[in-house]
Amino acid sequence: MEILEDIKWIKACSADDIPENEGVCAYINGEQIAIYNFKRRGEWFATQNLCPHKQQMALSRGMIGSQGSEPKVACPFHKKTFSLETGQCLSGEDYKIQTYPVKVSNGEVFVGISEF
Amino acid sequence: MKKYRIVVVGNGMVGYKFCEKLLAKTKDFELVVFGEEPRVAYDRVHLSAYFAEKSIEELTLAPISWYQENGITLYLSDPVTNIDREQKKVYSHHGLELTYDFLVMATGSAPFVPEIPGVEKDGVFVYRTIEDLDMMKDYAGKATKGAVIGGGLLGLEAAKALLDLGLKETHVIEFAPRLMPRQIDQAGSDILAAKLLELNIKTHCNKNTKEILGENTIQGMAFADDEKLEVDMLVISAGIKPRDELARLAELEVGIRGGIVVNDHLQTSDPEIFAIGECALHQKAIYGLLAPGYEMAEVVASYLVNLKEELAPAKKFTGFDMSTKLKLLGVDVASFGNAFAQEPDCQTITFENRAKGIYKRINISLDKKRLLGGILVGDASQYNMLLQTANNNIVLPPDPEDLILGSRGGESDAGSGLMSLPDEALICSCEAVTKGDIIHQITENKTFSLDDIKKSTKACTGCGGCTPMVKDLIQCTMKAQGILVRNVLCEHFSYTRQELFDLVKIKGIKSYDGVLDELGHGDGCETCKPAVASILASLWNENVLEKGRATAQDSNDRYLANIQRGGTYSVVPRIPGGEITPEKLIVIGQVAQKYGLYTKITGGQRIDLFGAHMSDLPKIWEELIDAGFESGHAYGKSLRTVKSCVGTTWCRFGVQDAVSFAIEVENRYKGLRSPHKLKSAVSGCIRECAEAQSKDFGIIATEKGWNLYVCGNGGSKPRHAELLATDVDSETCLKLIDRFLMFYIKTAEPLQRTAPWLDKMEGGLAYLKSVILDDALGICNELEQEIQVLINNYKCEWKEAVETPEIRKRFSHFVNAPEEKDPTVELVPFRDQIKAKDWNVLA
Repeated sequence: MEILEDIKWIKACSADDIPENEGVCAYINGEQIAIYNFKRRGEWFATQNLCPHKQQMALSRGMIGSQGSEPKVACPFHKKTFSLETGQCLSGEDYKIQTYPVKVSNGEVFVGISEF
Repeated sequence: MKKYRIVVVGNGMVGYKFCEKLLAKTKDFELVVFGEEPRVAYDRVHLSAYFAEKSIEELTLAPISWYQENGITLYLSDPVTNIDREQKKVYSHHGLELTYDFLVMATGSAPFVPEIPGVEKDGVFVYRTIEDLDMMKDYAGKATKGAVIGGGLLGLEAAKALLDLGLKETHVIEFAPRLMPRQIDQAGSDILAAKLLELNIKTHCNKNTKEILGENTIQGMAFADDEKLEVDMLVISAGIKPRDELARLAELEVGIRGGIVVNDHLQTSDPEIFAIGECALHQKAIYGLLAPGYEMAEVVASYLVNLKEELAPAKKFTGFDMSTKLKLLGVDVASFGNAFAQEPDCQTITFENRAKGIYKRINISLDKKRLLGGILVGDASQYNMLLQTANNNIVLPPDPEDLILGSRGGESDAGSGLMSLPDEALICSCEAVTKGDIIHQITENKTFSLDDIKKSTKACTGCGGCTPMVKDLIQCTMKAQGILVRNVLCEHFSYTRQELFDLVKIKGIKSYDGVLDELGHGDGCETCKPAVASILASLWNENVLEKGRATAQDSNDRYLANIQRGGTYSVVPRIPGGEITPEKLIVIGQVAQKYGLYTKITGGQRIDLFGAHMSDLPKIWEELIDAGFESGHAYGKSLRTVKSCVGTTWCRFGVQDAVSFAIEVENRYKGLRSPHKLKSAVSGCIRECAEAQSKDFGIIATEKGWNLYVCGNGGSKPRHAELLATDVDSETCLKLIDRFLMFYIKTAEPLQRTAPWLDKMEGGLAYLKSVILDDALGICNELEQEIQVLINNYKCEWKEAVETPEIRKRFSHFVNAPEEKDPTVELVPFRDQIKAKDWNVLA
């Protein structure tokens, strides 16, 4: 069965381009998107690259980790942390960042962009 | 059962707090809030931060979604314009018509503007709302000289705002003979004025403004003493005037000088209408501070809840302690209890240190047993203790001057005073949290972290002034309960840094993932990653970017450069001892020109190159390395720089060759990673031009050799270093530094500099001396060997990075367009060079 979805999968880079347990920034459809190879969890994540706190293009350079069971990224500027699953800010503020689905096939990384 | 509808008029800080307090008690009321301003309640107390560092979002008390989630109907930009008390209805500006069961007026206040001819001119502002601030911001660009009328709390806040807006000259005009006349006395005001002058704010007391000069736009001010002052911007902050116009219209009783008259339940002359905050007049007093406003909100909330439960009202508002502690322009100002009590009604003890800008005064009872009140300027660290001592009638020690001077001589225990307070002692006056409340949370609910205490009691969430006291209270209570206080790293490691250091060494682990697998749990975080990375570097001194260690580094270590505003990096090549050849200086200039970098001499006798794109970093370093430079480790928690004066080589006073020794010291410890950054200096004589006594380890030449000082620092809490050894030769000096540094590296907490490390060390300096000089632990040999391994392993990590393709590949912004630079980086021209664009925060 094929699942109908409104998502367009766009190739970002090769899986080898993203070091284990780290993020990179890809330029996709005019947007800067951070993609994380969370090797420790065997998961891939993607979010907007912009940290909403001081509007800096920096999340791909942040450290990833977990809070409880929730995977997160910490902005390198002021260490605001965000859930990689929901995009919600975890350091007690009201920010939220955009998250994107990621899939890896044949050694290539694709980011899902909603088409509306 | 009928659900009562409460209409709240006003969405300021107190109006908001009322909703929060009521919701915490019950959800059985329907809440409707009308606000005049276009945005939800924000933190007016920290308004001047809006210019400096905070965005509107950060000042907002709760987002709109909070009101929605709690079922509050909120109308913004829509003030209530009329109340029909007979029909129990309110009418709003936009024509809404709504019945109420109870009405809570939290209309606040407006700035009081004295009737000075010319106040209507362009360039004259008031200081109350975000809109006022935006207008000031727009105008400030064309202004250079500003003044504030009003030297009270708000006036000085407004002066800070002018300073932050970049005005070249700022004046404060006060009608009374002193600044902050309600809080401090003349001597305190003099000290404060001197402090303000250091910040380039000129104060004029006893000054009555007669007229505001200029055609349509302000050009100056004329005073009653016929003096004039040229200014092109003026902020009026001469006090507040309660917003009672709606109450007057509804024929509620108001005071002669304004304010809605209320009783101890905060009921107005109509018992179904309450007034709280700055609009309320209680016992002929208007309370212009936050804490009493919050207390009023609490009293009304509990009154309404009890009414509904058919209980008698429990709480009353019976006036409020107006003790305050503030930080104005970085200067502590506090007053408490009866601050102005005078002899012969009491005895007064004062302490004044003009050089440091500190003034303290306490008023004690004639029998010397009780503290009545006092004033603190410049250093208010004892405020909480003094306030509690006064409020709880605690018997004073035999030498009451110890209260403001600190105990001189003998060991003192910081927490002991705190534990002797009674349970009723108010720790957080903003949220009315007592010592008993906090202890209950710790002992009964097992709440051990400051964050959780904040959540459960709301302590520290108002002005934040009680935070240090709450922290101490948590520590002391846990200790008293026999609960082990362990500074474990974070949720992923149940070890202290010192334990982890030893375990990693014994097990010989060399990667972050290895440490997490063997000794931790979960996936790590931004706290333990850099801490473990630092331990690994301090143990093995292998390249921080190899063997998967790169991803555990803090951002600056990850890219071997310091991230700056806008996302560019700065580059600092090592210049040992500050000595550099003309040829090398030229190379730095050429590199800066080629890559468009801003250059500045640092405080550590080096040159910082700012504005480098990440993808240019390897190219820049390739050129610097070719010219013989090495990494300066300005990005790492590691040895930064060893400053020097010229010493005997040129200086007619010098007694030793300071530059040569500084270069030797810097080259010996370069690349050494530690719990926090390390700074050092070597001075060639007693004149101490290299400022060695403000360093983690500093060396000063004597006729016979060197004096070694340790554990000093500059920064926000400057500390003079302590003398460790006298008249030692160069070899001994290095040996002692070896031991000192390795002992620090092995035992300090993460991000703890040498000064706080020594502070926390049991036995203090005497113990440190016994370990390092007398080898009391028998570890000196080991310490020396360990540091020698690190010294031998030193390699310039930038050289390795540019020569290793896998590492070099990671220095690009876009993975799918490695040649492209980040297009959002904006560098703007600035005094013949460039600078990063200001924080790009959306309003």
